[in-house]
Amino acid sequence: MNDRTYNPRDWTQHPPYLDEGYKSTGLRAPKKPLVPLPETLSELTGPVFGHEAVQPLDNDLTRNGAVNGAPLGERIVVAGRVLDENGRPVPNTLIEVWQANAAGRYIHRADQHNAPLDPNFFGAGRCVTDADGGYRFMSIKPGCYPWENHNKAFRPAHIHFSLFGRCFLTRLVTQMYFPGDPLLPIDPIFMGIPDEAARGRLISKYSLDLTEHGHALGFEFDIVLRGCNATPFEG
Amino acid sequence: MTKQTPSQTIGPFFAYGLTPEGYGRKGIAGNVLVTPATAGERIRIEGRVLDGKGAPVNDAMIEIWQANAAGRYRHAGDARDAVPLDPSFTGFGRTLTDETGAFRFDTIKPGRVPGRGNALQAPHIGLIVLARGMPNHAYSRIYFSDEAQANGEDAVLAVLDPARRKTLIAERRNEAGGGVYRFDIRLQGDDETVFFDA
Repeated sequence: MNDRTYNPRDWTQHPPYLDEGYKSTGLRAPKKPLVPLPETLSELTGPVFGHEAVQPLDNDLTRNGAVNGAPLGERIVVAGRVLDENGRPVPNTLIEVWQANAAGRYIHRADQHNAPLDPNFFGAGRCVTDADGGYRFMSIKPGCYPWENHNKAFRPAHIHFSLFGRCFLTRLVTQMYFPGDPLLPIDPIFMGIPDEAARGRLISKYSLDLTEHGHALGFEFDIVLRGCNATPFEG
Repeated sequence: MTKQTPSQTIGPFFAYGLTPEGYGRKGIAGNVLVTPATAGERIRIEGRVLDGKGAPVNDAMIEIWQANAAGRYRHAGDARDAVPLDPSFTGFGRTLTDETGAFRFDTIKPGRVPGRGNALQAPHIGLIVLARGMPNHAYSRIYFSDEAQANGEDAVLAVLDPARRKTLIAERRNEAGGGVYRFDIRLQGDDETVFFDA
């Protein structure tokens, strides 16, 4: 029976809940089978956040935490498009991002990693996709940082992304990585994604087009949300 | 056709970005969904997120999505104009668990909305749990213990093993300020909360 408006979550593309390599999944992974849920209005609707949710500096992490100067680190531009599986742009949808500073330290109080905080870097921002699904923000290239998963474990540099898409079903929280990072093949969180091509789509591409002369390196990162098989409602 | 971007864990350090009130910034939504102008019965939903050993999950984010008191969602996908929107209610809430794994939402009891074949669903709230150690978010629903008749007619509850159905039904107690519903989220174990492949 194919009467779904949205494609199901494609479990060939997502990591499993339980992953031996990523230790803290051990007690947090649901172990009973997920129960299929027919789509109803409860699933086909969802929160809509557009431009009203975003302040002018929200898409510039090099400025939105500045106190008495500029943050340390390599300035970067991250931009791309949010599409669905049918290649249709997802316009006017909120993207929230957060990341460590250039030294690999989060401003989060639970991060006690012995690396310096940057008084001019907060590390979080928001932007909204345009009519073509495009988005863009400025930041600092995040550093790698150690974690407790296994001996000598360091996370590859990454930026966290949170998206809503068109309804509650299209919610996605993920991480964007950087090309050429030697930590990627040994990172259990990244390698938890079973499909190599799927993993590759979490690695941004260096972009000469996006690079700003004399100012910032450009990285391109497109995001694909679950496909909608009807004329989508654009909020 | 292109393929879905894989999910990754929200990690332990999301709070300053997604629920940043504790960091002096304003988030897009919080755990109070009501204003004095919101229509409907005020309720509180409270619970804890627990892991497979019953230990508190002190770094989870919970999001809820619900209809207003009349049973209408604030979204273009719910085009039933005969059912009123409430200008003082978005239907979306977001919060994080504290050191004891506890969370709460102050909201209103949602009205009933149609399900498949236009049979009414029992009043319910959609819920997403995200946490470190969860490579994907988990989707569930909150139902209400004082809606026994509606729950008995609900097509989603009907297909669940009766022993597991109770994990979705928040138990009501009445306090001076109104109804308080208890909804614990057990990520794993014998009494694991029902999670949906939504």
